[in-house]
Amino acid sequence: MSNKVVQAMYNDDDILMDAVKEVRAANHHIEEVYTPFPVHGLDKAMGLKGTRIAITAFMYGCVGFSFAVWMMNYMMIEQWPQDIGGKPSFTFFQNMPAFVPIMFEMSVFFAAHLMVITFYMRSKLWPFKQAENPDPRTTDDMFVMEVAVEGDEAELISFLEKTGTVEIKVTEK
Amino acid sequence: MYTFSSKLKTFSFALMIVGLLGVAYGFFSTPSSVEDVKVMLQETHDAHGEVAVTHENNAHASENAVHETTHSDDAHAEHVFHLLKNKPWSALYVALFFFFMISLATLAFYAIQHASQAGWPVVLFRVMEAITAYLPIGAILLFVFFVLSSLHMNHLFTWMDPEVVAHDELIQNKSGYLNVPFFLIRAAIYMAGWIWYRQYSRKLTLAQDNASDLSNYTKLFKSSAAFLVFFLVTESMMSWDWIMSLDPHWFSTLFGWYVFASMIVSAITTIALISIYLKGKGYLEFVNDSHLHDLAKFMFGFSIFWTYLWFSQFMLIWYANIPEEVTYFVSRFNEYKIPFLGMLVLNFVFPLLVLMNSDYKRVNWFIVCTGIVILIGHYVDIYVMIMPATVGDQWSFGVSELSSILLILGIFIYVVFTALSKVPLLAKGNPFIKESEDFHY
Repeated sequence: MSNKVVQAMYNDDDILMDAVKEVRAANHHIEEVYTPFPVHGLDKAMGLKGTRIAITAFMYGCVGFSFAVWMMNYMMIEQWPQDIGGKPSFTFFQNMPAFVPIMFEMSVFFAAHLMVITFYMRSKLWPFKQAENPDPRTTDDMFVMEVAVEGDEAELISFLEKTGTVEIKVTEK
Repeated sequence: MYTFSSKLKTFSFALMIVGLLGVAYGFFSTPSSVEDVKVMLQETHDAHGEVAVTHENNAHASENAVHETTHSDDAHAEHVFHLLKNKPWSALYVALFFFFMISLATLAFYAIQHASQAGWPVVLFRVMEAITAYLPIGAILLFVFFVLSSLHMNHLFTWMDPEVVAHDELIQNKSGYLNVPFFLIRAAIYMAGWIWYRQYSRKLTLAQDNASDLSNYTKLFKSSAAFLVFFLVTESMMSWDWIMSLDPHWFSTLFGWYVFASMIVSAITTIALISIYLKGKGYLEFVNDSHLHDLAKFMFGFSIFWTYLWFSQFMLIWYANIPEEVTYFVSRFNEYKIPFLGMLVLNFVFPLLVLMNSDYKRVNWFIVCTGIVILIGHYVDIYVMIMPATVGDQWSFGVSELSSILLILGIFIYVVFTALSKVPLLAKGNPFIKESEDFHY
């Protein structure tokens, strides 16, 4: 099993989109596409699965909400009940309206921060991480499509050349 | 071209007839004198037996000296008599305002699309225009209602009664604003402005269909922007005049926004429901999943927006606990607990959980179910805005309320679908029509 990949470079997102569709239609495996900006519809063209981050966001929001309920109950009702503005501080539900903004903010806080952390972990990003993109020009104006070599390499290259690529490179990964 | 099916037409007429009969029954079944009310109250007391009597006695013992009990019973009976007299009127008013606000907020949503030059909703413009076709009729009905109120046919707006004002210093101080002629003039100005924009924009979009240049479109853009400025001011004042003044002592500074949130979410829901209905009948083939998805996103977003405003209003008043403000919520918590808190489930929890998932926003029957729940919830919202001030603890959901809804719904369906059948369903002259037809998410 070789780890050889062909890196085909494009200089236009429309050409790239067409190329991605052609390559997939020809049953080649696209490992990754590097683009300087998000290309609308590229995820669908590559056949990527939908993100599950929305589900995690919901769960993190629930965690934040529950945490806020527990926290306010502990602080304001159990541990040190305080009479603020004459509001009853004996039961959670009598005082609940005052806690709603905190519950809301905690849900948002947990959902937002944990979602970002999840995204970083899932994308294998952390401080001092070296960039993975194969060519620095993909941060400027070029698009790179990485196609796995499975079988005849020369045939794959000649196929990719017909898709409007401006440069082709074969490397080991 | 859409043809108004005879089935639906018959259905709308049936609604109107049943509604009209029910409304008439509601008016005739109100007690005709204070004596009737006394008999009625006595009967309910007897029916409740000992417990009610004891309760009554306790209440009186705490409030009044015993020798005043007889007098207070008379006063109570007269009070209940006035509340019951108000009930069919209030029921009609809630229904009138509910359908009017759907139409009005649809107009505002429509104007926002033109003013922001949005591409996606162009295929839905004819549906929105059809819904706003109800605006002139609804406005006339409401205006007639206000004129009848000012003629003391009912007692919804207590500040219209010189007797009440003479003994009420707070209303006296507000009488520069809250007086009958100025109230009617204001209502006429709001309605005239809204109806003018509605007719003008309709004329321009129809003219744009066959135009060779964009002059109509430019005029539409400018008039929509101007209308939005007018609308934001008048909508807020309308909510003070038509709803907040029912409790003339009470005020809330964000009331206009709160009513607007209710209006806009009901309006977008109605647009979605009618679009789905028409698609189900094989029309609107150019409306795709993504358009409905966007409407559902608005339903979801504005439901949360409504809750945000509802809670902002509630929490500030609850926390400050100033007597003249907090009475509003006290009466709702004491006498309207189920509709008042129930609507939070209908308007917030249900749409939040059902429409949160992106995929569900594209499933038609999900949108329809949530839409119906949202519309019921916002009817309850308007009900709880109006009823506590007009019928107090004598509220119930009966013949008057239901048949008022049926009557106005019948008129609404008839007017909207007649307007739909008059012109092609695609605003083909709009410069963004291609973008809208190709819209995808």
